[in-house]
Order: sequence, then structure tokens, then C-alpha cells
Amino acid sequence: MKARAIYPGEAEGEALVSPEPIGFYGGIDAATGVVIEKGSPLEGECVKGRVLVFPCGKGSTVGSYVIYGLQKNGVAPAAIINRETETIVATGAILAGIPCVDGVDIEHISSGDTVRVVAGEREAEVILK
Amino acid sequence: MLAGEEGEVVAKMMRLLVRLGDVYGADRMLPVSSVQVSGVSYKSIGDPGLEFLQDFAEKGARVRTLTYLNPAGMDLEDWRDMGIGEEFAARQQAIIEAFRQMGIVVTATCTPYLAGNLPRFREHIAWAESSAVSFANSVIGARTNREGGPSALAAAVTGLTPNYGLHLDENRRPHYVIDVQADLDYVADFGALGHVVGKEVKNRVPFFTGIPEATTDHLKALGAAMAASGAVALYHVEDMTPEAHLMETDGLEPLTIEQHHLQDAYDALTTGQEPDVVITGCPHASLRELMDIARMVKGKRLRKPLWVCTSRAVKETAQRMGLVEDIVAAGGRVVADTCMVVAPIENLFSTTAVNSGKAAAYLPGFCKQQVVFNNLRHLLEEA
Repeated sequence: MKARAIYPGEAEGEALVSPEPIGFYGGIDAATGVVIEKGSPLEGECVKGRVLVFPCGKGSTVGSYVIYGLQKNGVAPAAIINRETETIVATGAILAGIPCVDGVDIEHISSGDTVRVVAGEREAEVILK
Repeated sequence: MLAGEEGEVVAKMMRLLVRLGDVYGADRMLPVSSVQVSGVSYKSIGDPGLEFLQDFAEKGARVRTLTYLNPAGMDLEDWRDMGIGEEFAARQQAIIEAFRQMGIVVTATCTPYLAGNLPRFREHIAWAESSAVSFANSVIGARTNREGGPSALAAAVTGLTPNYGLHLDENRRPHYVIDVQADLDYVADFGALGHVVGKEVKNRVPFFTGIPEATTDHLKALGAAMAASGAVALYHVEDMTPEAHLMETDGLEPLTIEQHHLQDAYDALTTGQEPDVVITGCPHASLRELMDIARMVKGKRLRKPLWVCTSRAVKETAQRMGLVEDIVAAGGRVVADTCMVVAPIENLFSTTAVNSGKAAAYLPGFCKQQVVFNNLRHLLEEA
């Protein structure tokens, strides 16, 4: 699948898919990478090393700092795939240096799929294995 | 910068601006000569924000333009008197220290234009706090989008901002003509007007007619309220603001505001009855507002606490003029560097009286307060 690059890089991992938007501040614990948002379809899952797939970010702009914190603490996702990356997630991915792409029809990806993300400066590709 | 010849931090910040520019369709970068960074209160950014800022400062982030801060979560000097705990204070001071290390002027205020960071007409700047953005665009005629914490920091570190949104002439044109047929006597009346109009026009640009007279204090209250109830970042007032005469208003959607609309706003924003405290200075009080308050309370003894929030710069002048002394003698206090929205006042009060349309809109959500919204003269007579 073709995509737009938000932050360049290559990564491969097991997909973790949320059909709902993710709010990182208060939604994911920056120390452990565990999803703590009550009622989230991913509650209790750990994002570490996974390819995190969700439609878009939501909630507080502090979410950008949480994404940075996940990376710093070694529990960040390997890559992020969005339908549309808004500024909170874009800012977080760029600050943290996590490969991030958008413009992807995320319904085609299921949790557990092995997904490879190849993102250049502008264009990107998402490969389902 | 993008290639990293100026270091990792600059490259990362440049990448952030380029990407945001792509998203918003910017054709190039503009140099900025003034920045205001938000995300300063520990209450707002918590440990994730603190850790990021410390990390960035340690990695060598340095600003290359005049940069101020949004209000912090406490008075940076008299925080103990505000009932702030040691833990919160230590983390707030660490945030300020990280900013200081980056070369940022640690003047924490939503009114940088009253405290030594004053852009000129048509100057491109990158400010973050919504009422300051509105004042700079509308009253001064400078040009800024509403920046987030990281994008403002990126502008400060690179000296650049992407050319889109309110930096462009075509996006500064009005969408609505607001004809005001109501009395505007108090700062609170302008807050009520702003509350109504912001709800109506959301993130578009209103053009006001029927406001024959207003001080900069009135305009600061109007803009703040519209940015809180809506996302208004620019407004024009006929025969008053600097770009108004350049704007075409024929054929725009008209909206008439009458007295009862303002009354509806007062009623809607008043959610409590008996206030524990009166807090004013949202946005931060000007010296003229401090003079008015000191005159109103001089020689009186208030039964309820009064907080007047302002910038350190204005407080110091007010001290020299004996205004702080008058307010303290009446039982009030002048709080600098912070305000009722970003400080943890929920630990101290449950019902707060304000004369700010913006504070009235935010206090229930941000600080779990019930609100009494009225003009300051009335609130001080009752206090």
C-alpha cells in the first residue's frame, strides 16, 4: 500500500490495530508502553516494538511529549501507521524519530499481521507479509 | 539546518516545521523575530513535558530569537503563599530551568506585549497562547498562527515558521459582520460579547461594527473570550484595529448582538452561587487594571480572598507605585507568572468569581470550579 511519509525510516513488526483514535496523554503509560485508557480496544496491550495502527490522534497536545517519552524509555512502537496523522502524532513521531506514515486504508490491517513500513522523505510504502 | 550541520536538535526542529508546512500547504519558511512558547505549567504538561524539555535543553537546544513563556503553574517566587506543594513547585522550577538553559526569557505571561515582547504591524511572529495570538493579530496587526508548544519551540530554535494560515493576506479577511447593539461598559461585557461571538463564528474571522470605544484592556478581554468559546485567532473592529479599513465587508453574513445576548452569556457562564474567592487577570492584568483595582479596594477590608494575576514585569511596576500594598492591605494578593486556569486552584477553592469570559469558560473543565461571572466592580462590592 502506498502512503505518505510523516517521518522517514524502515521498520517491521507485529501490527497492533486500534479502530478508535488514540489519545497518548493519559492513554498510554510513557514508562511501560502499556495502553491504560479505560474502554480503549487496546487497553492492557503494550505498544513496545509493535507497528501501531490507528486512524488518528486525539486529546491533549501533551500527547506529543508522551510519544517522545515512549522512545526515550525504550518502549516506543517500531512504527506508526495512520489514516490521517494530525499535528499531535506528527509532532511526537518527528521529535521521537519514529517512522510514521499516513494516507493508509487501515481496515486492511489486523492485529497480529506482520507489517513492514518503508518511509522515504515524502513517499512511503506499507507491506503486509 | 535539515541536514544536521547545526546539530541534531536543530535538524529535528526544522523537520517538524517542514512537515507542518507540508501539511498546511506552506510554500516557504518565514523568519520570525518574536516567539511565545506554551506548555509551561507543570499542571498542563506533567512529567512527559518536563522530561522532554530537560532532554532538549541538555542536547543543546538554544533559541535564536526573542522568546517568552506562557504562564507557569504557580507564582515562581511566592508559590508557598499560593498553597502550592513542594513536589509541584520543584517540578515547575525544573521546567523553567530547562527553558532558561535554552536562552528563553523566563517571563511567563499571556500578555508578552505588556511585558517587553512587542512586535510591530505586519511582523511575522510565532506565538502560542490563544489570547496573545488574538491580540497580536488583531490589535497590533502582527501575523501569527496559533502555535502548539513544540512548534513554537521549533520556531524559537530555528528562527523560522512555515508560511501558511494567518501569515497570508487572503486568510486575514473577515467572514462575518458582527453588529453590536448592546452596552459595553465593563471588561466583563467584552468577555460576554466574545463568548457569544466565538461560539457563533468558531474559527472564522469576525468584523465588528458598533463598538465606538474600547481600551486595549477591553480588546484583550474580547479576543481572549472568543479564543476560548471558539477558536478565533483574528478579529477586526471598524475604525479601531489596524487592518479593518483594508477589509471588504459587503455580502458577508451579518450577525446582530443585542443586550439580551450578553445577558444570556452572563447567565450561561455563571454556574455557582457563593464564591470562595474573586480572581481577576485573565488575560494578565495591565498596569491600568491594577490601578483601577487598587482604587476600588483601597481602605476596604474584603471578606473574601482576591487574587489579581499579572506578569512579573507589571507586578514590579505596581509594587513601585504602592498598588500591591493597597491590594494586600484590603486582603488581596497580586499573583505573578501564573493564572487561575493553569494553577492547581482546585486544591484551594470550589467556587470562583471572575470577570473574564475566558476564565469563566475554562474553570469548570480545567479546575473543577463552579463559576460566578460578573463585572469586577460588582464582584468586589460583594466580596
